[in-house]
Amino acid sequence: MKKYALFPGCSLEKVAQSYYLSTLETARQLGVELQELDDWNCCGATAYFHVDELLAYTLSARNLAMAEKEGLDVVAPCAACYKNMYFTNAHLKSDPDLAEHINFALEEDNLHFSGKIAVRHLLEVISQDVGPEEVRSKVSNPLDGLRVAPYYGCQVVRPQKDSEDVEQPHYFEDLLSAVGATPVDYPYKLRCCSGSLLITNRRAALSLVRDLLQNAENCKAAVIATACPLCQVNLECYQQQVNQEFGTSFAMPVLYFTQVLGLALGIPPKRLGIGKELVSATPISSFAQNLPQEAA
Amino acid sequence: MAATLPFSEEISNLLYAAHGSPIQACIQCGTCSGTCPVADFMDNTPRQLIALIRADFKDEVLASNTFWYCASCYHCTVRCPKTIDIAELMYALKRYSMWKSQYQEGLIGPVFSEAFVKMILRTGRSYEPILAPSYMLSFNLREFVQEAQTATSLMIKGRLPLLPPRIKRLERFKQVVSRIIPIGRAS
Repeated sequence: MKKYALFPGCSLEKVAQSYYLSTLETARQLGVELQELDDWNCCGATAYFHVDELLAYTLSARNLAMAEKEGLDVVAPCAACYKNMYFTNAHLKSDPDLAEHINFALEEDNLHFSGKIAVRHLLEVISQDVGPEEVRSKVSNPLDGLRVAPYYGCQVVRPQKDSEDVEQPHYFEDLLSAVGATPVDYPYKLRCCSGSLLITNRRAALSLVRDLLQNAENCKAAVIATACPLCQVNLECYQQQVNQEFGTSFAMPVLYFTQVLGLALGIPPKRLGIGKELVSATPISSFAQNLPQEAA
Repeated sequence: MAATLPFSEEISNLLYAAHGSPIQACIQCGTCSGTCPVADFMDNTPRQLIALIRADFKDEVLASNTFWYCASCYHCTVRCPKTIDIAELMYALKRYSMWKSQYQEGLIGPVFSEAFVKMILRTGRSYEPILAPSYMLSFNLREFVQEAQTATSLMIKGRLPLLPPRIKRLERFKQVVSRIIPIGRAS
């Protein structure tokens, strides 16, 4: 069993609590041990980099140094946390002056960054370290015929790391196939959900969300699966506002990929945080019925 | 007296610090503008903005909403044939305009970013409700009502935090921050 340090990030504490619950449940079922990083701080989100780059690196470096102390690679379920930590790690490793400056600050908390660990996204850990074959072997409740649109979003695949495929990745599709679902092929799987623009430019953001929902609906998706709390909130919680603004009538459920996998692995829906959606996840109810309805 | 750099060079220097290729390499092909999902809402497309920077149109660039409307999706960055990190360029411009306190009036971005940073420096973690005043007040009535409805639905489902979280070693965290920027001790 491989062990990682889990960096949940601020969103998973509340608005994306179902991502937190389903991450823990699904990982356990797949034999992945996650040990939550003690006393982690905010990764800096996007707003930090607008103000001060050095400070933004420092915030992520504190979390990285704490994972180093445990001797564990760190895994983030949030795409933005992942991107910030991944590139902080890379920049600090390649720039000794920057690392020295930040280590001077980290001394105040008895921490030191030396660049010994790797930063991973949860989707990457499950599709690479566990792998679709292993996932397939543990499926007890196959999601036969469920049309799931894999939504990669932005910061899991971009900026490019090493030689990864940033135009046509398919590892998310492979995972969905492994649990019996039908991955929906739709052009917008890598297009932006508008991120934090929902706060800073609402008009543009709602139009981006509308385009994405329309694209998934046109390709006959029954549900969208995400790997990022911000994507989930934008696509799901703002659907009503999109409908009001554009006169549309979307009712597209948006679940975390860990909830979709978890259902197929036979985990009771409540333990995956299913039921906290604003857009009812009706298409999955027939698959949930087969499972014990045990309390959380 | 220190030499004054042209605006285009100032921005280029910021990009070197941000691990990007120089904007001088830009061939004005427009792949970034064609890729950008927000381009329709911007005063200038990313390609136009790069042209303005290279021509030292400092005031026009800083008055543009373009970089504040960048959603950091990095789609332009991965497609640029000259490997210019355009999303990082947008970040660099945001920082530059905040340092100079020179940006388009009425934008939520700069106000929100500042409120966000202050919040993290106080508690170490994010707490959305405290940020609401930094943007809700600029909404019109219709937007305000819609936003309130969404918040209420989230509250009913138990998805909004009632109390701000804070990290345990907060004092040490603030000491770390104060070694980087002095305002870490301010609040």
